[in-house]
Amino acid sequence: MKLTEIIDLVEGKVLCECGDLGREIESAFSSDLMSDVLTLLTDNMLLITGLTNIQAIRTAEMADIAQILFVRDKQPTAKMIELASETGICLITTRFSMFRASGILFGHGLPAVY
Amino acid sequence: MQFQYELVAGDFTKAGYASSDLKKKMKQLNIPTSAMKRAVVALFEAEVNVVAHSFGGTLTADIFKDKIHVLVADQGPGIPDIELAMSEGYSTASDEVREMGYGAGMGLPNIKNNCDSLDVRSASGCPTEVEFTINFGT
Repeated sequence: MKLTEIIDLVEGKVLCECGDLGREIESAFSSDLMSDVLTLLTDNMLLITGLTNIQAIRTAEMADIAQILFVRDKQPTAKMIELASETGICLITTRFSMFRASGILFGHGLPAVY
Repeated sequence: MQFQYELVAGDFTKAGYASSDLKKKMKQLNIPTSAMKRAVVALFEAEVNVVAHSFGGTLTADIFKDKIHVLVADQGPGIPDIELAMSEGYSTASDEVREMGYGAGMGLPNIKNNCDSLDVRSASGCPTEVEFTINFGT
């Protein structure tokens, strides 16, 4: 699924645009537990989280995740946006809950990592 | 090539700096992506462990043509039971660490999963040394 389609489906707002928004996303993983995210070696995945601290960005950087969707209108800090921009990570927010956003995307064919 | 970084206990704003810098260096050296990914995850887990659990320490990485060798040494307080610390799900993390999204007891097991060799030396009240190697393969 293209990232632009994901943004449309969750009525997302892009806070930090890195790279081509038309890029293909192959799967998604929803978690607030960064320890769990670090066990993934999946390429081209979307991280869906409600965790808005700098470690969410650091974890994505280490796990080579280039796009994060923050749920429930959680707003990343200026420092997070700055680090995401430096490391090439696209940040999106949605007003939907993690359950709803995950359900919509899965229902439209975006596969789960597990 | 050897690189060394100071790791400050409790400073989560800087946790990840060493791993991030080493990732950039490995990219410049054209290390194969899959090996680099494993190395970066292991480095980051080790770095976060020092920030979250220790009194501070250092991370020393030697990058060779075919592998990266890493030594993470802290100033204590040590791990009383290394076998227990290596088991998935066991954690002594504080609430602050858990708020950061860590503390699930996956750090050392995840380092082990991403390494080709791992040695953890510690005891209660002593410094801890975590030494690991990741081969780059071809």
